[in-house]
Amino acid sequence: MDQQTATFEFLCRMGDNTLVLGHRVSEWCGKAPVLEEDIALANVALDLIGQTQMWLGLAAEVEGAGRTADDLAMLRDVWDFRSALLVEQPNGDFGQTLMRQYLFDQWHVAVLTALMESADPRVADIAAKSVKEARYHVERSADLVIRLGDGTEESHGRMQAALDKLWPFFGELFDDDPVDAAMAEAGIAPLPSGLRADVDQEVAAVMAQATLVIPADRFAHRGGKTGIRHSEHLGHMLTQMQWLQRAYPGATW
Amino acid sequence: MRPELAQIWDWLDAVPDPEIPVISVVDLGIVRDVAWHGDMLEIAVTPTYSGCPATSVIAMDIETALRNRGVSDIRIKTQIAPAWTTDWLSEKGRAKLVEYGIAPPRAAGGPESCPRCGSKSVSKVSQFGSTPCKAHWRCGDCLEPFDYFKCI
Ligand SMILES: [Zn+2]
Repeated sequence: MDQQTATFEFLCRMGDNTLVLGHRVSEWCGKAPVLEEDIALANVALDLIGQTQMWLGLAAEVEGAGRTADDLAMLRDVWDFRSALLVEQPNGDFGQTLMRQYLFDQWHVAVLTALMESADPRVADIAAKSVKEARYHVERSADLVIRLGDGTEESHGRMQAALDKLWPFFGELFDDDPVDAAMAEAGIAPLPSGLRADVDQEVAAVMAQATLVIPADRFAHRGGKTGIRHSEHLGHMLTQMQWLQRAYPGATW
Repeated sequence: MRPELAQIWDWLDAVPDPEIPVISVVDLGIVRDVAWHGDMLEIAVTPTYSGCPATSVIAMDIETALRNRGVSDIRIKTQIAPAWTTDWLSEKGRAKLVEYGIAPPRAAGGPESCPRCGSKSVSKVSQFGSTPCKAHWRCGDCLEPFDYFKCI
């Protein structure tokens, strides 16, 4: 794989993660359990979509085929998406949404912090901008995971169920493949596996405070970041997200 | 016509932030540079939050304000580095925020006092508020809710 292709793939992974999670979180808009959480979820979604514009904008620039960030977001099919399986998982209940957010945020802060040292200044700039938002997100998601985990019997049970359900999707974020090897070789991005130890330590601390038990099994579902095997959920999500551009190609405000 | 840069900055200082109209886009610290390239005026603007929906409105407001002053060849450049920080809020802007009922950002991570009654007894309701740049707090004395400008 040449470096241009690898860089494009890597940037799509970053942008597709924030795009898919941003869209998922936005699905709560108008129906969250309380108004404050509704507003918080919508704001997190906005930040993620804003970050998507930067990542996919740079991906389009690197690709050099005349596509834009919007083209990449709205006109690719499911098999061209490079988002991890974790972010395409349905919202479930509020606890599951928060657990997904927390696991993502903890990884996100680690990867963005490392990317601030990227040999590609365009990548470093986007990371420096995004990490400020990601740090703010993890403050909230960790706080709520702790409060609900160490909460009532009902909330504790739901948070443990969410962790059990989502844990097998966490490992993919730390998988290395040829794209990652090429990025590490060029100094553009860290090897994902190298982030795991620190992130695990953070997650363990939060789960201990939340009185939640991390599953012992390290089995991980794979196939999202490579695009080889997305779950059935992503295609359904894209039909919602992309319908306007599919129905009215080229429509603008 | 090529007005002086100081004049341009004055005009920009009269362009209100669309979501917090008591402060200008210059007070907010998002106008990073203004420069003439021949007869073309280039303005570098940095977003507050990457997904802030006001960003495109701000670019349009800046362009409209300058066109109304007779500057027609304008280019607005989005500049993301260095990333915007609330340290760039002007002193004038901070004072206006308080007057408007919004507690200004503090490195300590929370407001010093209630912008309405000055009480130090304040508590966080939610980390997010009515716009991406604000959090939602509440006063323990006058009991009113208020916005706190997040510190980033
Ligand atoms: Zn008060």
